Amino acid sequence: MARVTALNINGKKMPVDVDGAVSLLGVLRNDLGLTGSKYGCGEGQCGACTVLIDGVATRSCITQVGRAAGKQITTIEGLERDGKLHPLQEAFIKADAMQCAYCTAGMIMAASALLAKTPQPSRDEIVSGMNGNICRCGTYQRIINAIEIASGTAKEVAK
Amino acid sequence: MIDERNSNDFIDVERYELFEGPSYKFNFDRRDFIKAFGVGIVFIVPLGRTVAQQRSQGESGRGGGNERQASDIGAWIHIDEDGSVRVFTGKVEMGQNIRTSLAQAVADELHVPVASIRMVMGDTDLTPFDRGTFGSLSTPTMAPQLRKAAAAAREALIEIAAQQLSVEPASVKIVDARFVNHDKSKSLSLADVAKGRKLVKVIPDNIVTTPPKDWTIAGTSVAKVNGRDLVTGKHQYTSDVKREGMLYGTVVRPATFNAKLISSDSKASEAMAGVTVVRDGNFIGVAAADQQTATKAANAIAVDWKSPGQPSNGELFEVLRKPTTEQRGGGGARPQGSIADGLAAADQKLEQTYTVAYIAHAPLEPRAAVAEWNGDKLTVWTGTQRPFGVRSELAEAFHISEDKVRVIMPDTGSGYGGKHTGECAIEAARLAKATGKPVKLVWSREEEFTWAYFRPAGVIDIKSGVKNDGTITAWEFHNYNSGGAGIQTKYDIPNQNIQFHPSNSPLRQGSYRGLAATANHFARETHIDELAHSLKMDPLEFRLKNTKDERMRAVLGAAASKFGWGKTKPTPGRGCGIACGFDKDGYLATCVEIAIEKDADKSSSKVRIVRVVEAFDCGAVVNPAHLKNQIEGAITMGIGGALFESIQFENGKILNPKFSSYRVPRFRDVPLIEVVLVDRKDIPSAGAGETPIVGLAPAVGNAIFNATGVRLRSLPLAPKGLAI
Repeated sequence: MARVTALNINGKKMPVDVDGAVSLLGVLRNDLGLTGSKYGCGEGQCGACTVLIDGVATRSCITQVGRAAGKQITTIEGLERDGKLHPLQEAFIKADAMQCAYCTAGMIMAASALLAKTPQPSRDEIVSGMNGNICRCGTYQRIINAIEIASGTAKEVAK
Repeated sequence: MIDERNSNDFIDVERYELFEGPSYKFNFDRRDFIKAFGVGIVFIVPLGRTVAQQRSQGESGRGGGNERQASDIGAWIHIDEDGSVRVFTGKVEMGQNIRTSLAQAVADELHVPVASIRMVMGDTDLTPFDRGTFGSLSTPTMAPQLRKAAAAAREALIEIAAQQLSVEPASVKIVDARFVNHDKSKSLSLADVAKGRKLVKVIPDNIVTTPPKDWTIAGTSVAKVNGRDLVTGKHQYTSDVKREGMLYGTVVRPATFNAKLISSDSKASEAMAGVTVVRDGNFIGVAAADQQTATKAANAIAVDWKSPGQPSNGELFEVLRKPTTEQRGGGGARPQGSIADGLAAADQKLEQTYTVAYIAHAPLEPRAAVAEWNGDKLTVWTGTQRPFGVRSELAEAFHISEDKVRVIMPDTGSGYGGKHTGECAIEAARLAKATGKPVKLVWSREEEFTWAYFRPAGVIDIKSGVKNDGTITAWEFHNYNSGGAGIQTKYDIPNQNIQFHPSNSPLRQGSYRGLAATANHFARETHIDELAHSLKMDPLEFRLKNTKDERMRAVLGAAASKFGWGKTKPTPGRGCGIACGFDKDGYLATCVEIAIEKDADKSSSKVRIVRVVEAFDCGAVVNPAHLKNQIEGAITMGIGGALFESIQFENGKILNPKFSSYRVPRFRDVPLIEVVLVDRKDIPSAGAGETPIVGLAPAVGNAIFNATGVRLRSLPLAPKGLAI
């Protein structure tokens, strides 16, 4: 595949010089220092590497960087605006929706794509929308709660 | 009742967790601390007598002695000139939230906000020696030490402040990190008091700490102290660490377990630009400027391995029943009464066998290490539960002294008992040594599933006798291989013989959340359910009849009441199950409701867990929100081992080393989980990261029996659904 010389990430054009066939996750993490997206399985099964490409939740570990060139890529680093956290980030803290937090970036990115499509998802819609993301610490119930808080369907943290 | 002091002499409770630390004696010198910290005030915490004794006992085979007690240090606290408080402990954070809960303990005694405290954890150059973060010990052992340190620090600081303010110490208090006199007319900050000082104080052992009923910061749901860094992706896990000039490594793995390297041809790889190939004994690894090149070079090496024949899944349980060749004995409690007499007195007898498969920890962050040599000094960043243990492994592997090795543990992407060993650190350090540059090595998911270690598989035989009135008269329990944790019963049985028998495990095995307590509770609580049903007694009533333990009865009552035990109308395809247990000073009772749902083709069914209620008592609760989070997490993780997780292996190979073939619990598997905390402010806090996992599997199995009449005695219970 042709070489890729620039990527649009979090609203900025970033120069790179990589073979278009390599994984987007590797380029984000190793070439651009955007380490918020994580390696968890390398086969698109765990969701720790989830980023948005033109708004669509995408497994960056199995996405060739060439396929992301010219498109808008959003990573976890792009959610915070002027020091203000994204509502999902706030809600994850509020609901204590993490333990080791290695899955958290992928969870938040997958959830942000879900909310963009379905602003007030039901519990079932959250479960099917998020089922591709693994939290090995088992905080699923809290992640559901955090998404409900961010979407406004639940105000109180389930204690 | 079993006399626990005696039983401990016989049973090796944490057999798979007691990796020996290095023989270590920390002779501290006040001047060293002044050199290390410059200015400010340092408070040093000698290990409490009990902990020091435990440590000497743990090392007894290696000549450890009582002289350690005087010089061993548990932790230290530094108050800097700017008033910031830094707490140093060898314990590590992997998601269990001790970074927050330990800070709460310090804040509580020091009367400062949690936000002003920075926890420095698991760095072998900066923190005191610690055997490791396992066994749910941080809360019962480290928190009390830090409390003592902080309480003593408060008193010493008040004295200094009083001098500075020219008032009586008794009139000075710390309010929100400021020292104030009785009418608040004079005040000083922590910085004012610490400025320009070079003080090292050793904490007296007799300092009084605040009892749980008077806690103000501990006991409340303080949010995760580094939560913001975790939701923004700023936190640097080991796999995120980058060093100047760093290379990427890949290891060439053997074809099977126990394979021997016969020959290798790496000419093609060595010809690649910037590639270094290292062959040393059975180790072959590659380092290159980027990961793609390292992987490509590793794949281009032709290797000939010689593999011995090895057992496979099908024969696992026969293999485990064979006596071990290992010298280290098994054991159990001293038998009580006579099994023969107990069986003779019984109206009904039951003999059953239960089995448990190997399962994998599968931490979402696989093992990773970044190694860097500066001259003869080695620094390694790695996700491990035993930074000091890994330091020993590195020193041994490279024939250097431990003071030439620094291990730094960035808060890791979970462990669950799976990150005790340092092989990834050693591999990265070997590649770094050969290349003279820092090397990062991140294990692939497949490597993590294959070359780490597993929760032990096991076979458990139980023989019991019971009277028609529900009194258990005999209990004979033999556990092969899975371990001794949670093997003792809290049921009052006059005749009992409980034994653990080690085996030659076909797979490498080690610690795991709760370890054998899950296997032992699964077997015991399933068997208890079987006895209750054979007597046509309610399983809850049967349990209550056989235990006088007040805390066990309390959690059973709390869970049953929240769940509405016995009040659900029998519904086809629905079932309820209950289990209770005790381990590591935590008591739990778990109630489960399941639904049996027919698959589309109607030839089989799947088990869906609908609702779980768990009551848990671990003494005084330190952080209710984080405790609930741990319990919910343990229940969720427990669903995997209960229903479908199982490592498949054949002749030295793992057949399902991926998330696509090894299923772990996902959003769809998660029931409604309700947690009841039994907060015992009169009882010291125990750890809670492990024990909440042990009740789920038996409760689910018992619920399946309740729904279908089918009794399942092997974990996982329904990896391919139920054949009904």
